[in-house]
Formats: sequence, C-alpha cells, structure tokens
Amino acid sequence: MNALRSLLLRREMGILVAIIVFCIIVGIIKPRFLAVDNLRVIMMFVPLIMIAAMGQMLVLIARHVDLSVGSTLGFAAMMTALMFKLQPDIPFYLGFPVAIGIGAILGFINGLTVIVFRLPAIIVTLGTLYLYRGLTFIASGAKQIDRQYIPGPLKAMSANAPNYWLPWIVIIALAVVLLTYWFANHSRLGRQVYALGSNPVAAPLRGIPVTAVTLTVFSISGGLAGLAGILYASRWGFVNPSNTGWGFEFQVIAAVVIGGVSINGGVGSVLGVVLGVVLLGCVSAALPLLGIPGTVQSAIYGLVIIVALVIDQTVRDRGIKALTTARGVRT
Amino acid sequence: MTDATAASRDTPLIAARGISKSFASIEVLRDVDLDLKRGEIHALLGENGAGKSTFAKILAGVHRPTRGTLALNGTPVEIPNPIAAQKLGITLIHQEPISFPDLSVAENLVLGRTVGSPLGRVPWAQMTREARQLMDLLGVKIDVTRPMRGLSIADQQMVEIARALASDSRLIIMDEPTAPLTPKEVETLFVIARRLRDEGRTIVFISHRLEEVQQLCDRVTIFRDGNKVATEEIANLTNADIIRQMIGRPLREYMKKQGTTIGDVALKVDKLTLPGVFNDISFEVRKGEIVGLGGLVGAGRTDVARAIFGVAPAASGTVTINGKAELITQPSQAIALGLAFVPEDRATAGIFRTLSVEENITAAIPKQIAPNGIIRRTLEKTLASDSVRKLRIRLASLRQPIGELSGGNQQKAILARWLLTNPSVLILDEPTRGIDIGVKAEFYDMIGELAAGGRAILLISSELPELLALCDRVLVMSEGRLTANIARADATQESIMSAAVPRARVAA
Repeated sequence: MNALRSLLLRREMGILVAIIVFCIIVGIIKPRFLAVDNLRVIMMFVPLIMIAAMGQMLVLIARHVDLSVGSTLGFAAMMTALMFKLQPDIPFYLGFPVAIGIGAILGFINGLTVIVFRLPAIIVTLGTLYLYRGLTFIASGAKQIDRQYIPGPLKAMSANAPNYWLPWIVIIALAVVLLTYWFANHSRLGRQVYALGSNPVAAPLRGIPVTAVTLTVFSISGGLAGLAGILYASRWGFVNPSNTGWGFEFQVIAAVVIGGVSINGGVGSVLGVVLGVVLLGCVSAALPLLGIPGTVQSAIYGLVIIVALVIDQTVRDRGIKALTTARGVRT
Repeated sequence: MTDATAASRDTPLIAARGISKSFASIEVLRDVDLDLKRGEIHALLGENGAGKSTFAKILAGVHRPTRGTLALNGTPVEIPNPIAAQKLGITLIHQEPISFPDLSVAENLVLGRTVGSPLGRVPWAQMTREARQLMDLLGVKIDVTRPMRGLSIADQQMVEIARALASDSRLIIMDEPTAPLTPKEVETLFVIARRLRDEGRTIVFISHRLEEVQQLCDRVTIFRDGNKVATEEIANLTNADIIRQMIGRPLREYMKKQGTTIGDVALKVDKLTLPGVFNDISFEVRKGEIVGLGGLVGAGRTDVARAIFGVAPAASGTVTINGKAELITQPSQAIALGLAFVPEDRATAGIFRTLSVEENITAAIPKQIAPNGIIRRTLEKTLASDSVRKLRIRLASLRQPIGELSGGNQQKAILARWLLTNPSVLILDEPTRGIDIGVKAEFYDMIGELAAGGRAILLISSELPELLALCDRVLVMSEGRLTANIARADATQESIMSAAVPRARVAA
C-alpha cells in the first residue's frame, strides 16, 4: 500500500501521464499516430538522444551542464567516418572504440577546463560547442563523407529488418540506459555524483573527490556523445560537417530537463530521463502527422521545455514550503 | 592495568597550547591553553565574537591556528582540514547541519567513510541496516531510507550525531545545538549527550543558555575578546559569576552622549508579531532619542528591523511613523515615509561592490538624481562629494569601486546614502561591526549628531559598552521577545546581559 502510494507520488508519474494523455489526444485526431509504422518512427528517433541524454543527466545532477554534446557527436562521427574512408579495410566494429574514445577525450577536456580554471560549465561548453564544430570543419575540409564510405554492416545496425524484432541501435540504447541506471544508483562514484550536485560546498568537506567526479561525468557525457556519433553514421549513412549533431544539445538537454532532472543539481532519475526522451520523441513524431509545418516545430519544442521547467520549479518550491512551515524555522 | 595505560588515563584527550588565530590583521584568538578531558561535557562560553566558535573550528580543522600546538592523547597533531579532523575522531556538528538534502539519511551517514574502488557496488542493504542500528542506538525514530530534505533540524542533528558515532568520534563539538530546538528536542539531545559522555567520549557544548550549561556540563571555559578568561568546574560557578567573567571589560571612555532635547514620537511599533521569529514587540522611539536594541545574535532583533522596514513584513501588529500608521510591505514604502535602514551585513545587503562610491552614495535617491530617467552627473557628483566631506570618508576618488574602500569607510558611505534620503527615523543594525577603533569613535560622534539634529535612532548592537554610552534607553530582546526596557540611568552590563540570556526551556 505504502509502496504503491510512493510509486504514484514519484515525480516520473507526471511525465508518464503526460505521454499517455498526449498519445491519446493525438491518436484521436490522427488514428495513424498509434499505428505500428508510426511507433517505429518514434523508436528510430529515440536512441541517439537517449544515449546522449544519459550522459547529460549525470552532468546536470553534478550541477554542471554540457552544451558541447552536439559538436562532440559531430566531431567523433566525422573522425570515425574519415577513418573508414581512408582505411576501408578496417572492421566496422573498431569504429565504436574510436568514436567513444574521441568523444570521451573531448568531454575530459571540458571537465578539465571547468576544474582547472574554475569556470562555469555553461561558458566552457559554449566555447567548446564552437571549437569542436570548427575542428570538424578543419578535419573534413568542410566536405561531407558520403554513403559509399560508411561500412555496410554499420548501416545495417539501423536497418528495420522484419525478421529482427529490434534494430541494433535500439538495443545499444537500452544497454546504455541499464548501465547508467546501475552506475547512478549502485556504484559509489555514481552516488558521489548526486552528493556533489546536492551540496557542492559540503562535498569536499565530506571527502568526495570533486575533481574525479567532475572529470568522470564530463568524460561519460562526451563518450556517449561519441557513441551517438557513430550511430548517427549508421542511422543516416553519411556524416556532414555542418549538419551532423547541429542543435542536438538542445534536444538532449530538453529531454533531460523534461525528465525531471533539476538544473540545480542533485536530483534526477534514469527512468525520468527515459520518459522525457520518449515524450520528446512522441511530440516530434506527432507534429508532422498533425500537419504542423517544420517552421513551427522549434517553437513547440521550446514551449515543451519551458512548461517542464515551470513544473520543476513548482514542485521544488512546494517542497521547500512544506519544509519551512513544518516547523518555525528561524531566518 | 599497566602503568602506561594508567598514565594515559590522565592525559587529556585534547591539549591546546598557545592557540592564536588572526584573520587579516585582526587577532580573534590569543594564546589559548585548554585541556579537554575524556568523558566530560565541556561548555565554551562567551559573548558573540569572544572566540569560542573560532576555537571550536580550529579543533574541527575548519580553521588553522596562526600559532600554537594541539596534542591528541599526548601526541602532537596537525588538523589541516575537516577530513583530517574526522579521521582523528573529531566531529563538529553545526547548528544548521551540513547535509546532502537529495540523498537518503542512510547515505548521508556513510558518505565519506566508504572505501574501495569508485565502481564498487554500494551495499544498500547493509548500509540501511547499519543506519537503522545507529538510529536505534540513539533511540530516535527516523526512516533512514527517506531523503534528508524535509527532516526537522533536530532530526538532522541526530543524523549528524549518528554520523559521529559511525566514525567512532571521541570528540563531538556541538555549536549552539539547542538554539533551533523545541524543549522536548533539547531534552532528548541532553539524554543522548550524557550517554555519550558516560561511554567515555568528550562533548564540547557551545551555548548562550546558562541554565542549559548548568544542567548539562561538567566544566566551563569562558572566553572574552579572544582570550581565555577561566576554566572551572561548573559546580564552583553561579550564573552571576559566569556573566561577570563574560563581560568584565572596562568601559571605553571616549564615548560621550551629547545632551539632546527629546521630542514627539517618531516611530511607534505596536504588537508586532511574526510567528516563530518574534512575538508581541511594542516600543516607541522619539525625535532626538537614541534607543538601543540589545540581545544575543539570533534573538530576533534584525528580524524586527527588517519587518519595520518592509523587507520581511510581520504577520500582525502595526508600525506608525510620524503619526501615520501604514502597512509597510516594501522597503520603497518605508523610505517614502522617512525611514532608513542600514543593514548589518554590509557585504551582501548594503554595498554594490563593483559600482563606484559615487553611485553607491546616491543609490537610494534615483528620482532626485535622474528625474527623467537620465542621470544628472553633476548633481550626483555634488551630493556625493558633500557626503564624503561631511562624513570624512577616506577614498582615492569618487569613481573608485566601493569594494576597494576599508570596511569603516564602506559603512560610512552606506550611512551617507541613507542620510541623503533625509530620513526622520534611522535604524542602524550593528553599524560598527568589523570597524577599526578609530573609525568607531567617529561613528559614535556622528550618531550623536544625527540625534541632536532631531532624528529618531534605533541602534541594534551586540556591544554592551556601545549601548551604554550612546543610548537614552536600551531595549533587550531574547528569543523573539522584548525582555527589558532599561532607562539610561539604570543600564549596566549586568542588567542588559541578564535580560539577554535566554531562560532555560528544559524542565529541570
């Protein structure tokens, strides 16, 4: 009974209800929204954002932010694609460690800059957003890597083959979600991420290795953006220096924030972020179906983010009020 | 039992020798020698700023002493940071405990003590079990799986005590733990403190409540102006003895109250109440009168001032200014009625650090300086330089950022700002805190002149000599209530202090 109550009171319930209500409404207007074909559209939209969102979630819980994930994705995807173009004989699976490694290094650089120069992460990663994008242009000579250079088996991982129940990129995303869940809830380092974001002043006083935790979350975020990068090449079959990953950071951060991760740190769950990504996936699949022109879609995204933040703030305020009225707290 | 252990029985747990501490050039602790025995509850007493908290923080590794040595069980030790203190078995429990509000109680208990690889598994089940055992040991009912956020302060303190036990602390320092607690919670805390003492642990108890100290502690050490005055068995001291030792310093001669004529009531406060903060506060301040508001930090004096000024309005009661009773809910209203408030915390509530002295001085009169929204530079400059001359503010240039001035001169600039609004009632909250003696004397002269000019002044101060020398009357607050209204002729350090010290809330 108590367990059921606490389940219903969980923050994630709100998002789940929002997803269901949204799907029912859109389903009534356009029944095709609930057709299997459309569910597949959503399923293919979700994995890349889901993977990067897991990293972004950890960064936000630690009370930082990573704006550079889109550019990191682009750079890692471009370097991996260049490798395949220059060395066509390399087995396709070696692309994974390369992409993840490059992404992790870029993330590590973000974290190191935040730590060494004591700069806010929003400034550092705004800088590297442009820096990493610029490096992508330089490395590629501003030229797109076309379909023929992307290994066939890599492209097949995104194939919607009827004899497979789930495409590989969906399975990889699920694996990342499960690993992140384990890391966040059951590893020491994961709990220290929550502690750091919950009270950064107290963290060093309680022996939390602030530098190690910060470097870890940024490296994970970068590494997962790198993974999303090679999967981008798999999903779309090309890598373009200006398009690939452009604006991706906003979708990722939007999904994470909608998923109930507090931008003030310390709060957030994998389940919430998964639901946040799914909600964003539903919204983006519904907009074209409802005949809403592409030009308006960004505005709708923006509205969804703001509504989510308003809810986040309201919940937080109510919590604090309950805390202070519980007993006469002196100022 | 061998001779060695018998000898170590008598070795104090902590032996501090010649401990001194300076911040910038101000010495806040001077050559303190102090022994803490095993299995005692030792009170540290003193006025605000006497050095007791600084000493406690040195033991806990928050501050490092400028000079002096510490020995633990006879062995010299360095305590460079709080983690080192914890490893040595020393835990400081802050009045408002430091915690990780989003983590569970059990996690807060073990945090910082876990060993092993970073990717090691968190033993949730074992952690929860151990946390429950600790709570049972303390006899408190707290669900260890719930988050810290939302726990009462008393419960948060219990979690901190449990944490000290989990790391097997031998010295537990409690910095004014009872201030935010209800009587019942205080009782529970005392039961636990005594039990910990009986187990052979040492407790350092910092409190302003003498009755509590009498009831709980074995020995007391009294601090005054950064010096240790005495360490005594509590049985040998009465409250009157303690108060005398806490305040026994000579009155400073240079403070002379100027004779002024006292006129009509300028500020009248009637039954002002903000539940949980202050209750039923009524008083008057007349033109030309300086009324002191004394009491200990946390007695609610600043809260009353903030309520009068509309920063954090009271829940009920009225404020009448020059005969006009109005509900003041915003500072701008208070300013329009002729009220000015120089806040205590100049760094956060007073100055605009990066703006120039000139802009800071004219900040409260935007309409006068910029009638059409455009700043009249010449007027701004004239007003500012007049103020600088009148108040003898020492600076390099009017365009200098105010943050570069000394504390005393910053304070003068803030006073200048409020004087430009031509207030009839001036509330000064600890105006001389952190200011050099020389500038202090100038301030006292200025306050006297302002009163002589017909302004009503409410002076909040924790410095008894200041209240005695300047004020026509002294009001005293304790725990949110007015406990005394003492005429100048009857005001002494003892009469103010005994009204300021809270009554014990624990039934004996």
